[in-house]
Amino acid sequence: MVRLRRYADVLTSVTDPALHRALGLTDGEFERIRALLGRDPNDFELAVFSLLWSEHCGYKHSALLLKRLPSTGPRVLQGPGENAGVLDLGDGQAVAFKVESHNHPSAVEPFQGAATGVGGILRDIVSMGARPVALLDGLRFGEPDWHFSRAVGGIGHYGNCVGVPTVGGESVFDEAYRENCLVNAMCVGLLPADRLLRAKATAAGQLVVLYGATTGRDGIGGASVLASQELDDAAAVKRPSVQIGDPFTGKKLIESSVELTSTGLVESLQDCGAAGIASSLSEMAAEFGIDVHLDRVPLREDGMEPWEVMISESQERMIAMVRPQMLEAVEAVLDRWELEHAVVGEVTATGKLRAFWHDDIVGEIPARLLTEECPRYEVGQTRRPAPPAREIADAPAAHDALVELLASPALRSRRFVFRRYDQLVGSRTVRRPGLDAAVIRLRPTMRGLAVSLDGQGRIARLDPFAGGALAVLEAARNVACVGGEPIGFTDCLNFGNPEKPEIGWELAQAIDGIAAAADAVGAPVVSGNVSLYNETNGRAIHPTPVVGAVGLVEDVRRVPKAWHEGDVLYAAFASQAALPGSEYQARFGEVGGTPAPLDLAAEARLISFLWQAAQLATLTHDASEGGLAVCLAEAALFSGVGAALDLRDDPVELFGEVGGRAIVACAPVDAPELESVATGLGVPVRRVGEVGGGTLLGVELQRLRSAWEASD
Amino acid sequence: MTDKPRVAVVTFPGSNDDHDAAWALGAVGADPVAAWHQDAELPAGTGGVVLPGGFSYGDYLRTGAIASVAPVMDAVRAFAAAGGPVLGICNGFQTLCEARLLPGVLRPNRQLEFVCEDVTVRVENADAPFLSRCSPGQELVIPVKHGEGAWYADQWTFVQLAARGQIVLRYADDVNGALGNVAGVVNQARNVMGLMPHPEHAVDPLLGSGDGGLLLAALVDTAAAFRATLAVA
Repeated sequence: MVRLRRYADVLTSVTDPALHRALGLTDGEFERIRALLGRDPNDFELAVFSLLWSEHCGYKHSALLLKRLPSTGPRVLQGPGENAGVLDLGDGQAVAFKVESHNHPSAVEPFQGAATGVGGILRDIVSMGARPVALLDGLRFGEPDWHFSRAVGGIGHYGNCVGVPTVGGESVFDEAYRENCLVNAMCVGLLPADRLLRAKATAAGQLVVLYGATTGRDGIGGASVLASQELDDAAAVKRPSVQIGDPFTGKKLIESSVELTSTGLVESLQDCGAAGIASSLSEMAAEFGIDVHLDRVPLREDGMEPWEVMISESQERMIAMVRPQMLEAVEAVLDRWELEHAVVGEVTATGKLRAFWHDDIVGEIPARLLTEECPRYEVGQTRRPAPPAREIADAPAAHDALVELLASPALRSRRFVFRRYDQLVGSRTVRRPGLDAAVIRLRPTMRGLAVSLDGQGRIARLDPFAGGALAVLEAARNVACVGGEPIGFTDCLNFGNPEKPEIGWELAQAIDGIAAAADAVGAPVVSGNVSLYNETNGRAIHPTPVVGAVGLVEDVRRVPKAWHEGDVLYAAFASQAALPGSEYQARFGEVGGTPAPLDLAAEARLISFLWQAAQLATLTHDASEGGLAVCLAEAALFSGVGAALDLRDDPVELFGEVGGRAIVACAPVDAPELESVATGLGVPVRRVGEVGGGTLLGVELQRLRSAWEASD
Repeated sequence: MTDKPRVAVVTFPGSNDDHDAAWALGAVGADPVAAWHQDAELPAGTGGVVLPGGFSYGDYLRTGAIASVAPVMDAVRAFAAAGGPVLGICNGFQTLCEARLLPGVLRPNRQLEFVCEDVTVRVENADAPFLSRCSPGQELVIPVKHGEGAWYADQWTFVQLAARGQIVLRYADDVNGALGNVAGVVNQARNVMGLMPHPEHAVDPLLGSGDGGLLLAALVDTAAAFRATLAVA
């Protein structure tokens, strides 16, 4: 166990004589383990506990808060607690989706950190029995620098290579993320509704088959070393804890797993992610018990000790539960795809997770102690006041402000990012990334799924409740703008150290905001992930709740495409907009003040209006970062035609944010029906102009375009 | 068995667009059948072959290098030698170049980044069965998506190919730094073609463009004609 000792010392950067402390467990947690076991744990068991009870695996500081999220509804086939949430789409189809963070590995090594983040979320979707059909990535960095470019490269390296299109996401640049970037990856998969798998053993006697890549020492302790601690200047020594992705094996793993599930050869699947076999088996063993023979795991290096095999986070591995009579057929599929595989254990009726090494027991833990008995802490909560709002001294004229905002890293065209991703593989992409949500067709029908991933950390810093709510509303508005009725959400909560009461307050407020907004919209949050300890040298990121939305599009042929000369332009409204937290304030003043309060009922009505109006509209686009002016400019650039507008020359009207606003363009003949839809839903709309000409808000379209596309 | 022309789509481990190619071929009237990299023979009744896009064997050596020596490639080689139409798309093009069934090589894009977007390609020469539904000078909108798609050959080869009309497609703009903006070439016998753009992603205007369907439909015509010749022989 000399290496365990050395690993523990690297883990905490201090040598503590007590192994449990060196492994990141508190004295109280150690006592809890002793009481639960009724004896002292051995070192192997302690290593397993330290990982399963880490923040990353055990949700110690967030589990109690997460219960507030709405997670039920008529479409819900699988809510939180599994590898991904699953919703019924009707017609026998279902969608599995989830967003997950890979922040710390990406901060230490952006290319591999981002790549393995994509690999991990893909396997979560595959575990549910689904074929992954779309990826979205939420990236937050200090600036579009080399690190950012490497993360984009890593996402492309994995996503392009495995043949899953990347159809959306965000790139946000803010000083708050300079030392601790955020890489959130969302995956969407499709499956027949009756083929849903759960990551649980279903009967004693089933065989535990490990397949995919071999197991090595790479990524040992990633869940506790990287994901559950703050980073500091010594982050470079943690680089060996970053896993290395192998998308080719990942591709074979996806194809073989889809084949195994679609032919009904396996009872359940589980990804080997954070904390490796230890975590996968504890989750699968909960109801029955599992005996695992670690000496039977195919290894890629010699001399590994049992605990290393147990917790290695080597990538591209899955575990299947297989009925003995199916084993031969399962092995034939895995052989065809040239993947390593081995029967490493069996399901028992002991209720225990027992680990063997050449027939000697090296550890024996009742499985539920690792999962259900993980300690749950109430976070302390102290309000963190927002900095005061200051008057913006010498703001530029509106048209200059618009040009400057469009040219800024925050808002300029994202083509330079999206063009590095395969957006097309699968032949489902009806609306590609670039404006609001992407749409993928549910072949062979004409229905579609709209998908979007959004977050607003700067607003959340000023008002975490508003930040949480806004992430939901923004994602829902985006899918609504392309004609999708929002049917479900997934959330990724990126925060600092929850043991600090200000951060605990931010976390609790943001979760309340997400819950309130999801309730208002009437769609559940069915999956998610929590990433805490996003601090470097004691400085926390913006509290950053990120939300992914899935919307159901009735007919992909009616997805709005572009506005045309002569179209009537409407603006539709929900809550009040204001400047605190806006892109305008960040660019021309100092971020501060309290964002305008949200009227959630009005926001929900606006969202209903948008997805219904999209059926009549030539283009629908919501105002988010940059406000109504930037929204109109993006729509004009997307369509290649300007517009004559009747808007007040007032910064709040043109550049205010938070309160939901959107523009809807339609042919004059459809205008009366559009107005009656709005009236019926009680959504205030105002005619703001007409499409046509080569200018927008007094600026030549060509000038807007060259500002916006300067980076391409 | 249908009477639609049978076109085999080869799947190597790491092929990504094999399902797309089969779907697109079906949409333009073919009977697409799957072939596996370990197969020693092509499926019975094969009238045409498509090597699809993707990252065969992870492209961990050079793009297409390992695929070019896969067992199935002996059968593809024999099929091409007999005059059967073979179309390589993206990774398939790279594989055909590595297999020396097509001239030139594909180098990393000049910008050293993957690029995925719709591009305009011009039909340089329509005197090949794959272009029988196009006319010289016609412009097609078809997406590209590759990191190593800059076609290159030495000057003498390039001049010869141009003179023989083997350069069949060129990008209207510089996309990746390809020599002479070459997007697609055919062999001297004109029955093997490779191109970097993805016609299988351009058979349905709902997904962006229908122009790729012209190339795939021509392949299906040729597959039918080739089977007919064999039947007569």
